[in-house]
Amino acid sequence: MKKFTVAILVNNQFGVLNRVTSMFRRRQFNITSLTVSETESEEFSRITVQSEGDEVKKEQLINQLYKLPDVCSVAELDDVDTVGRELLLIKMRNDPAARNDIRSAATAYEGKVVDYTKDSFIIQMVGDSRKIDNFIDLMRDFEILEICRTGLVTLQRGATTIRRVTNL
Amino acid sequence: MKLSGSDIIVRTLIEQGTDVVFGYPGGQVINIYDSLYKYQGELKHVLTAHEQGASHAADGYARATGKVGVCIATSGPGATNLVTGIATAYIDSVPLVAITGNVPTTIIGTDGFQEIDITGVTLPITKHNYFVGSIDKLADTIREAFRLAKSGRPGPVLIDVPKDVQIAQWEYEPQEAVAAEESFPAKDIRIHQAADCINAAQRPFLYFGGGLITSDAQDELLQIAERIDAPIGCSMMGISGVPTDYPRFLGMQGMHGHYACSTAMHHADCIIALGCRFNDRVTGDRAKFAVGAKIVHIDIDGAELGKTVTPAHGLRGDVKKTLQKLLPLLKEVKHPQWQETIDRFLEEEQQGMDNREGMTPRNVIGLLNQHLNENTPVATDVGQHQMWAAQYLNLKNTRRFISSGGLGTMGFGMGAAMGAALGTKERSVLVTGDGSFGMNLNELATAVVNQVPLVILLLNNGVLGMVRQWQTLFFDKHYSNTTLSDRQTDFVKLAEAFGAQASRALTLEELEAALTKAFACDGPYLIDCAIDKDEFVLPMLPPGGSMDDIIVRIGD
Repeated sequence: MKKFTVAILVNNQFGVLNRVTSMFRRRQFNITSLTVSETESEEFSRITVQSEGDEVKKEQLINQLYKLPDVCSVAELDDVDTVGRELLLIKMRNDPAARNDIRSAATAYEGKVVDYTKDSFIIQMVGDSRKIDNFIDLMRDFEILEICRTGLVTLQRGATTIRRVTNL
Repeated sequence: MKLSGSDIIVRTLIEQGTDVVFGYPGGQVINIYDSLYKYQGELKHVLTAHEQGASHAADGYARATGKVGVCIATSGPGATNLVTGIATAYIDSVPLVAITGNVPTTIIGTDGFQEIDITGVTLPITKHNYFVGSIDKLADTIREAFRLAKSGRPGPVLIDVPKDVQIAQWEYEPQEAVAAEESFPAKDIRIHQAADCINAAQRPFLYFGGGLITSDAQDELLQIAERIDAPIGCSMMGISGVPTDYPRFLGMQGMHGHYACSTAMHHADCIIALGCRFNDRVTGDRAKFAVGAKIVHIDIDGAELGKTVTPAHGLRGDVKKTLQKLLPLLKEVKHPQWQETIDRFLEEEQQGMDNREGMTPRNVIGLLNQHLNENTPVATDVGQHQMWAAQYLNLKNTRRFISSGGLGTMGFGMGAAMGAALGTKERSVLVTGDGSFGMNLNELATAVVNQVPLVILLLNNGVLGMVRQWQTLFFDKHYSNTTLSDRQTDFVKLAEAFGAQASRALTLEELEAALTKAFACDGPYLIDCAIDKDEFVLPMLPPGGSMDDIIVRIGD
């Protein structure tokens, strides 16, 4: 199924994330990735959500979002005109036989070792979701202890922003 | 001036034009009730028998008047008892403000006595809700709730106010009642495209739902119908949107819609759908719904466009304002062939009509029609009686059919009929069944004490007729838990025990006599009207079926 990403600017108040995700649950929109953070203005939070479905489903999702009074703006972010990044932290078993292979793979992917102990080490990596997926695939040949990734954060290229007039 | 939070609540309700609220006191709203006592000359409070009754009464008030209905309940069970009423209002887009008390903010989150997370509970069934954690935002939150409830597609808004916020003091300055947000017509380009589509149609069909009533677009609809020579049909929520006897009006479409209406919609090549949402009771099998028609769908809620059926033209905008712009773009045409086809459908409908004598649903509602004046609000409960009312009532004026459409809430009627009567200052009628009436009959007490002029026409067939009808048709007559006659409730005695007048009608003569008495009665009057348990609601489109599966007569 086709994936799509929308950025949602919402009022920065408690419970707003719940209102948004509650609508997703009620109308059976699947979330494949979700990030929430404060923005350049303390009034707003930004939710970046990746979901999947056809054009009708996407339209429906955007329209339903606009019905929530706490939603100020919604923008669909396509792959071409946006920059999307994820942060990965992956903890590997520090096996002397595998150590060098893992580290050279990490170097090739511009990863960075941010923790190193006798038994394990953590690699940090930034990239688009595909790069992160590929690296994780590569690591499956070795012993992965834990994975944590942030989910997608995205901005449109150029001076465009998603802030615009509140739509109720 | 400095006022307590509870005073601010009551003063803000008055400021917003509220003249009556429905509710039930309790520990966490006792301060609000003290303020209601103080301001009783300016704001009437109707004590119901149960919070659910209060929520339905506020709903009925809102549907009949177009104003925002208000109900009040205490925390915990009081608040949860509102839930069915709020959900009913939500799915039928009724402007409602529900105010609940809650435990003091210091206790919130600790599972205090009668504490419930009512904003969490009502999240999916309100347009929006508020937990008012501090007194400084109280008045503005109530104003915002009113604005939201009546703007755009209306709906219920809940405000949860902890007890300490009701006690705290804050400055209050009265303000003007908030106006609904300005609504706009659809985009010009879309209207032009829609007009081209309608102008090209040979078999146009105008179809509307409750949104036409909300938008007050009856005149525009009728002008367009005349100009493009199109028949008109509606969903159940649209009933009373145009006069029942308007020549072009074919009645209700859908699962139990009028034959000619459903058939005409099925054969149309262009459906102009106004303020409606094409739910499953309307479409049946979506894959077979109106396959030969291009749909022009106009609704103020953009999320309705394409939600269940894919329109050729989806126009997001206020129905009235959009129709005003659409009208001059439409060519004045005649469709004699289409009209002939419609006449044929009407003839077929006449042939299938139930012409039996005696206490048939059609004759009972027919008799009731003779007692209605053009302003009488008629509320219903949910089930067979509701469909018979929808099919046979003769209504003149808009906002006079008060019925739970989307949620199908049995027990809706008693509260709603009272709310409609109090809101319109007219005698109202409740058409109900023995099943539905049993759910909230406690509100008889409210009707009696408030001397609400209310005719309760109880179609008593001793069964849960609608479920029984399905059991007959689809479950080999396994009448599982749908027989109520074993209960031996004497509804006449029951009404009398509550202090209401009542009589029983076993024949049409007795019914006529009872109706005459009931419509002359100052307070509530119940008529226990005997109906055979095997009466069917027809025609019927089986659930998930299409027009090919329509059941017109049993035995076909």
